[in-house]
Amino acid sequence: MADEVILLDFWPSPFGVRARIALREKGVEFEYREENLRDKSPLLLQMNPVHKKIPVLIHNGKPVCESMNVVQYIDEVWSDKKNPLLPSDSYQRAQARFWVDFIDTKVYEPADKIWSTKGEVQEKAKKEYIEALKILESELGNKPYFGGDNFGFIDIAMTGYYMWFEASEKCGNFSIEPECPTLMASAKRCLQRDSVVNSVPDPEKIVEFAFKIRKIYCV
Amino acid sequence: MADEVILLNFWPSIFGMRTTIALEEKGVKYEYREEEDVINNKTRLLLEMNPVHKKIPVLIHNGKPVCESIVQVQYIDEIWPEKNPFLPKDPYQRAQALFWADFIEKKVCVCGRRVWTTKGEELEAANKEFLELLKILQSELGDKPYFGGDKFGFVDIVLIGFFCWFPAYEKFGNYSMESECSKLMAWGKRCMQRDSVANSLPDPERVIGYVLHLKKLFGLE
Repeated sequence: MADEVILLDFWPSPFGVRARIALREKGVEFEYREENLRDKSPLLLQMNPVHKKIPVLIHNGKPVCESMNVVQYIDEVWSDKKNPLLPSDSYQRAQARFWVDFIDTKVYEPADKIWSTKGEVQEKAKKEYIEALKILESELGNKPYFGGDNFGFIDIAMTGYYMWFEASEKCGNFSIEPECPTLMASAKRCLQRDSVVNSVPDPEKIVEFAFKIRKIYCV
Repeated sequence: MADEVILLNFWPSIFGMRTTIALEEKGVKYEYREEEDVINNKTRLLLEMNPVHKKIPVLIHNGKPVCESIVQVQYIDEIWPEKNPFLPKDPYQRAQALFWADFIEKKVCVCGRRVWTTKGEELEAANKEFLELLKILQSELGDKPYFGGDKFGFVDIVLIGFFCWFPAYEKFGNYSMESECSKLMAWGKRCMQRDSVANSLPDPERVIGYVLHLKKLFGLE
């Protein structure tokens, strides 16, 4: 019996893109459904009543929420398919989870402020954002991906932010590459993967969206 | 070759309790090391083993550190899989358990912290939200003995540390947990019957003393 896989998502979301990438890495057929976050569908509210947020993966009618949880679920359910997303070694897996937690706290919080604030608050956020990226760059070292030779869990988590790099730079009037050249090289490598190319919107559209949001926040 | 397991911890930490419970559930022999002055004078080992966050708990397994309590509990479950498995085998059930662990971490813990670091209107709002979040958890628990169903498991381990902090929340929030969340209190008492939990949670009176000390530190008496 064929799987029914639906993804409730929002095109510029750095979290939603993670689920899209994971599904495409595994070659899973899925139905993408765009949500209007100002008018959430009854299905979204039913499938994620606790947070009412995207992405929500609905697999044979049952919901999985929280983006990296979705990625791990996809990795486990379609484990026979190519491209394991998490390492098989428990210690390496713990390291991957540690870094994803770091990304979703230490990168997310300042990134969000860069997009939605100005002045001193934004300046402080830029500093914290670069500091966090530098810590990640140090962890990356000379590896092509955080996963080593293979694109994996941490890379998927970061790709959501990589696709927003240009928008972050324009909102904050700064440049990431001089601060983090090897991270930027890995970012470019990730952004070239088929699963990512097919999942990530045009960066110009994200910049446009970011400025629209800033207008709404009266920034 | 025997495993060498060290845990760097600080006794009132809800996060550290998760890891000690997990180790005890698995019957793992470990060396507990208290970070006596974790705020002002962290040990060199802590700074070396968790250079990114400089926080406890840190699990050091055969010399290699694992940081972040929820990551540690999963690691312990994977390394010692035979006894008392914490996470379900089914990927969907596992995703549900991880969802609730994330809810506790991102919502309950964050709100809980606001209760100790604010006053006046902000504190009132934090207390109100805290109870609302607990009620969501209570609703998820339903009539099950544990969050995982019949067996004590992952979500129970992630939440139970709060149980020894509840009297402190009650005292400073001026409400009764029993009146507000009686099913959750019953769950807590059930979990406390397990040795791993009883051995890991400090006396609530001691926690209240610690909170008074924290309030002084933050100038929030």
